[in-house]
Amino acid sequence: MFKFLLSRVAVLIPTFIGVSIVAFAFIRLLPGDPVQMLAGERVVSPERHAEIMHALGYDQPIIMQYLDYIWRLLHGDFGTSIVTKRGVIGEFFKLFPATLELSFCAIIFAVALGVPAGVFAAVKRGSWFDQTVMGAALVGYSMPIFWWGLLLIILFSGTWHLTPVSGRIDLLYFFPKGTGFMIYDAAVSGQKGALRSALSHLILPAIVLGTIPLAVIARQTRSAMLEVLGEDYVRTAKAKGLSRFRVVGIHALRNALIPVVTTIGLQVGVMMAGAILTETIFSWPGIGKWMVDSVFKRDYPVVQGGLLLIAMVIMFVNLVVDLLYGVINPRVRVR
Amino acid sequence: MSLLTIRNLSVTFATASGPFRAVDGVDMTIAPGEVVGIVGESGSGKSVAMLGLMGLLPDSATVTADVISFEGRDMLKMSNRERRKIIGKDIAMIFQEPIASLNPCFTAGYQIGEALKTHLGLDKKAARRRTIELLSQVGIPEPERRMTAYPHQLSGGMSQRVMIAMAIACEPKLLIADEPTTALDVTIQAQILDLLLDLQRERGMAMILITHDMGVIAETAERVVVQYAGQQVERQSVANLFETPRHPYTSALLAAMPERARGGRLPTIPGVVPGQGDRPTACLFNPRCPKADERCRTVVPPRQPAELGEALCHYPVGADPRPPEAIPPGFGPLSRQPLEGGARASTIAPEVPGDAR
Ligand SMILES: Nc1ncnc2c1ncn2[C@@H]1O[C@H](COP(=O)(O)OP(=O)(O)OP(=O)(O)O)[C@@H](O)[C@H]1O
Ligand code: SF4
Ligand SMILES: [Mg+2]
Repeated sequence: MFKFLLSRVAVLIPTFIGVSIVAFAFIRLLPGDPVQMLAGERVVSPERHAEIMHALGYDQPIIMQYLDYIWRLLHGDFGTSIVTKRGVIGEFFKLFPATLELSFCAIIFAVALGVPAGVFAAVKRGSWFDQTVMGAALVGYSMPIFWWGLLLIILFSGTWHLTPVSGRIDLLYFFPKGTGFMIYDAAVSGQKGALRSALSHLILPAIVLGTIPLAVIARQTRSAMLEVLGEDYVRTAKAKGLSRFRVVGIHALRNALIPVVTTIGLQVGVMMAGAILTETIFSWPGIGKWMVDSVFKRDYPVVQGGLLLIAMVIMFVNLVVDLLYGVINPRVRVR
Repeated sequence: MSLLTIRNLSVTFATASGPFRAVDGVDMTIAPGEVVGIVGESGSGKSVAMLGLMGLLPDSATVTADVISFEGRDMLKMSNRERRKIIGKDIAMIFQEPIASLNPCFTAGYQIGEALKTHLGLDKKAARRRTIELLSQVGIPEPERRMTAYPHQLSGGMSQRVMIAMAIACEPKLLIADEPTTALDVTIQAQILDLLLDLQRERGMAMILITHDMGVIAETAERVVVQYAGQQVERQSVANLFETPRHPYTSALLAAMPERARGGRLPTIPGVVPGQGDRPTACLFNPRCPKADERCRTVVPPRQPAELGEALCHYPVGADPRPPEAIPPGFGPLSRQPLEGGARASTIAPEVPGDAR
């Protein structure tokens, strides 16, 4: 077990270095620099510009900047935002609950619909239900998130006035000592209508973010089920006179879930990318929106540190999925 | 009253290249406590017939029958729910591939206990006690420990023992054993077979034993059905079948037994069981039958009376109505004539066997 964890962590190190280089280089490849972006319309004299850049250390050779950045990282210093002057780590943990809440609800939405849809499609293979689900999955998979988000906003917020357009909760409500998880904060606050408001803000972004995972999970579940339903042990389960529910829902699904869990884990990475778009569309104050804003402001430390922290989250989730895989698959269980 | 009666059971698969009748007009009557063998080469529809009876075939299969009755109850008219009260309880089945037949995600104990809970309504504690009992009955040492083992931790022989424990858990009246030893090591095969026969005798349970092996039939069954290309070509008591096989296919199977082989080499039956694409006309055995003539290729053979082993043949062995000179060569005791289609006639079924035993 310990050895397993150690080997996983060893693999992470090169990944980590790779991400740090990419994050570092990507933001510097964009035209402009933080000082210009901060100044905006105001004119900054070249002397003043050079002075600030020197103060920030951005006049050093690029390799020195990178080494300095790594050196600070090794000391646990993720840097300080040029714009807000606040620490990157602090900002991250302030905004992370919003993204976590959104992603969590999106994945719940995707799993809760995708797994049953895939199971029924496999059981009723070739039926109109199967064809509808697989057709919808194909559409969902290739859906441009931006377009899909705007479409839902136009329908649900614009035409039907069912949901708010943006944010996490009505301005009426404010939880100064909250955990950052709005659903939880609203629920425990006891304020009338708070939970309802939080949920109505959450539902559209969660659907938008969960759409691609939903499509992928439904397809993966269907194909895993189709494979498993032909196995001898499913025939044994039938031969025992078990109900159809036990045969499909226990004996077959239990085995089909093994590849599905892996897929769900991989979707977390995809969702982080999706969160950037979704949070921007819905003005959801999370990590995704933070990253986009920081890129526009060329806030070098935030982009560098933020991407690295996101990568760590994804790696952590993948590690959890790997461990979970051992739990749900007795054949690879680590003893 | 017979335990199980089947009349005219047929199974047709819908395949990409059209319908394929894998089982054709199978009959069977089994009395309580009786052991009936089904023999035949690979692909002769032995498994499919029994899976059809149990309702375990995929959706692409259509199962039809005139009668399927178990203890006088008409299984054809039953709802699925009613049928599930018989399947797995009164009729149990074990399979060819024990390792693949156990669910890799659940422990042996869970899979046995599940049957007990489903059919006998035992609670957790009682099911556990009974499971341990069953495991020791099927000869598994340290049953408490084995209960928690996952199938990948069990050998083939152990897996088959677990399958047997599961099958006998609810005291079935009929056990269908589909080649229970084929996938196992030779040394284990005899043990498993002995175990099955012991359990059968102790419990007075009827058993249908499917096998390739005529030797196993000789040791175990009272009656035997010889199946070829989905049809039952001969039905006899075991004693009579070994004395006087009536269908040429049976003769060939007997001649292929290692114990009966003559002249060093093990004879085999040339050719293979016809599949979907190469079904011959009239008698399905005619391309491989040394006695075949024009009539065999054009007229569907009749079912002979019981004295002639109910053979599905125009010219049952030992009762060929043709004058001796009209019988095609290649069926004498020692001839080595090439068969039709260029296959070598390495099979020499003695016209009147019995001397070689
Ligand atoms: N699901 C299926 N779809 C189409 N054809 C099938 C299917 N299952 C079996 N068959 C065909 O039915 C025929 C009989 O197969 P079956 O498995 O009953 O043979 P068997 O006598 O049990 O042989 P073995 O000794 O190898 O187990 C074979 O030709 C096989 O290809
Ligand atoms: S009917 Fe003819 S071909 Fe068929 S088994 Fe009898 S003798 Fe052989
Ligand atoms: Mg078989």
